[in-house]
Amino acid sequence: MTSPAATLLKISGIEKRFGGLSALSNVSLHIQAGEIYGLIGPNGAGKTTLFNILTGLYQADGGKFLFSDIEYAGRSKPHILAKAGIARTFQNIRLFANMSILENVMVGCHHHTHTGIWGAVTRHKNARNEEQQITQRAAELLAYVGITRAHHMLAKNLSYGEQRRLEIARALATNPKLLALDEPAAGMNATETDSLKTLLQTIRSHGVTVLLIEHDVKLVMGLCDRIAVLDYGKKIAEGVPSEVRNNPAVIAAYLGG
Amino acid sequence: MRNALERFLMIDKRNAWLAFALLSIILLALPFAIDGLFGRGWVRVLDFALLYIMLALGLNIVVGYAGLLDLGYVAFFAVGAYCYALLGSPQFGIHLPFWIVLPLGALLACFFGVLLGAPTLRLRGDYLAIVTLGFGEIIRIFLNNLNAPINITNGPQGISIIDSIHVGGFSLGRAQEIFGIAFPAVHLHYYLFLIFTLLVIFVSLRLQDSRIGRAWAAIREDEIAASAMGINTRNIKLLAFAMGATFGGLAGGLFAGFQGFISPESFGLTESIMILCMVVLGGMGNIGGVVFGGILLVVIPELTRHLAGTAQQALLGKTVIDPESLRMLMFGLALILIMLWRPAGLWPSSQRRRELTASAPPSV
Ligand SMILES: Nc1ncnc2c1ncn2[C@@H]1O[C@H](COP(=O)(O)OP(=O)(O)OP(=O)(O)O)[C@@H](O)[C@H]1O
Ligand SMILES: [Mg+2]
Repeated sequence: MTSPAATLLKISGIEKRFGGLSALSNVSLHIQAGEIYGLIGPNGAGKTTLFNILTGLYQADGGKFLFSDIEYAGRSKPHILAKAGIARTFQNIRLFANMSILENVMVGCHHHTHTGIWGAVTRHKNARNEEQQITQRAAELLAYVGITRAHHMLAKNLSYGEQRRLEIARALATNPKLLALDEPAAGMNATETDSLKTLLQTIRSHGVTVLLIEHDVKLVMGLCDRIAVLDYGKKIAEGVPSEVRNNPAVIAAYLGG
Repeated sequence: MRNALERFLMIDKRNAWLAFALLSIILLALPFAIDGLFGRGWVRVLDFALLYIMLALGLNIVVGYAGLLDLGYVAFFAVGAYCYALLGSPQFGIHLPFWIVLPLGALLACFFGVLLGAPTLRLRGDYLAIVTLGFGEIIRIFLNNLNAPINITNGPQGISIIDSIHVGGFSLGRAQEIFGIAFPAVHLHYYLFLIFTLLVIFVSLRLQDSRIGRAWAAIREDEIAASAMGINTRNIKLLAFAMGATFGGLAGGLFAGFQGFISPESFGLTESIMILCMVVLGGMGNIGGVVFGGILLVVIPELTRHLAGTAQQALLGKTVIDPESLRMLMFGLALILIMLWRPAGLWPSSQRRRELTASAPPSV
């Protein structure tokens, strides 16, 4: 039993440079288990870069983060971090475009299933059971995120909004503790954004902590418990939505940017 | 096998039984039919076609399933063949039985697959292709030169008088009479190779539709997304290499036992390219396509061999162009025409066909 105030993710002094450009400098923040935490900032502020470090796609040049009581120096492999419980979606949708929507979600079950070559070839009892379980789980997750299409439909034939939700289903299939969403509402219309908001609230109510990058200010303000603002790789503000909204530094960053 | 066939041809249960029975009869009678219609030489061609189908299916796991370009695949074929030859010939005077050397060769090839894969699989696309190409050549050069100071492989002369495939006293190396029917050696090999080919097809089909197969497809589609979903991409790619190599080693052992003689010449870059052509031409990722590609690429050169000589004689009354050159010319032309006509292969997997028409995935 984790107490509601337990810290799930504690980022300390993360640095990332690309040549001369300092994409992240000394970024620290902590996210409580069970909250929806917003990460906002102008274009090029370093939000996606932070995600890439948390999920092992980039290596940090300095700093560390503590996730679920294990310390990482920002140099672990993506699959290690996924196994540890950090799942993500991508700003530019990265589905397995030519696989079926069901298979996309099934791939998310990879790391907590075990069938190897032998099981795949012989299809012994355990292998069959496991395959059946993940097929069912994938189908449930598709319904959970509100995709009602035929399961054999190809991921790339989904509408834009559905593709974003499929990415969420795939990420949830990894059984994450932290779900990191990179601009999930991008390209969605108002109705789609509304149902996304409901979905994220449901996900949180089921015990998954949400880290959300989003440009849609209304969505972020209405959804997040707390928000951090990045600008030129630095954290310039943090707090509950009403505080952040009235913070002069934030207003300056957005108007100046 | 019937289930596989059902899925393979996408037909319902009742018709699947019928198709299964029909296909069995055709496959069983095939060597006799071909022997009667075209002569014994063509049964030999058929045997080679089966060997190449096994090779192509092995490479298909690496190239078609996991999307890794391997230009040195024939090295694993060589490992299997030399393993068989060294442990079953007068070269060292060792004569281990077929059922030991064949799995041993496959296992050794698998080991070499991991050996090559472990340091190189971090490389992508073109770079991986170049390294595997180098690996293939290194193996061939080794085999060519391991005759001094200690003679292991007998160098370019190769190894001859290799034991024929035999189980107990039953040898496939000479004609046998079963139930009053005389089976020539090439026929016997055909049946053995057919069993192994069906086995390889079965394993390929099962792998494709499994947790491992999905992981391969995911890596091929988007490696970054696959890794972010918890797939240890290096291990899963290594698994593809190891599986492909195992099939290659298996085919190599069968080849050595069938041919009775092997030399490094049989394991050059041309062979690697040829096997890759079977996969690409037939239809990457689709087992039916790969099988078809294998048959075609063994049969076309044989056909052109006949055409190049006899057709010239018949049409012009004399041999104007060297038949061997003309044959390769016709073969090359056939390849180009097929690729122009069907860029995704003759019988592509529906997935591959879609990939070829899709644009490249965006960056992170
Ligand atoms: N792989 C890379 N190589 C070089 N520079 C990079 C790389 N990735 C990001 N950057 C740079 O780092 C900075 C931060 O980029 P990042 O993608 O994190 O911004 P962002 O906050 O996600 O912006 P947006 O809202 O536009 O998505 C930008 O200046 C970007 O050009
Ligand atoms: Mg971004």
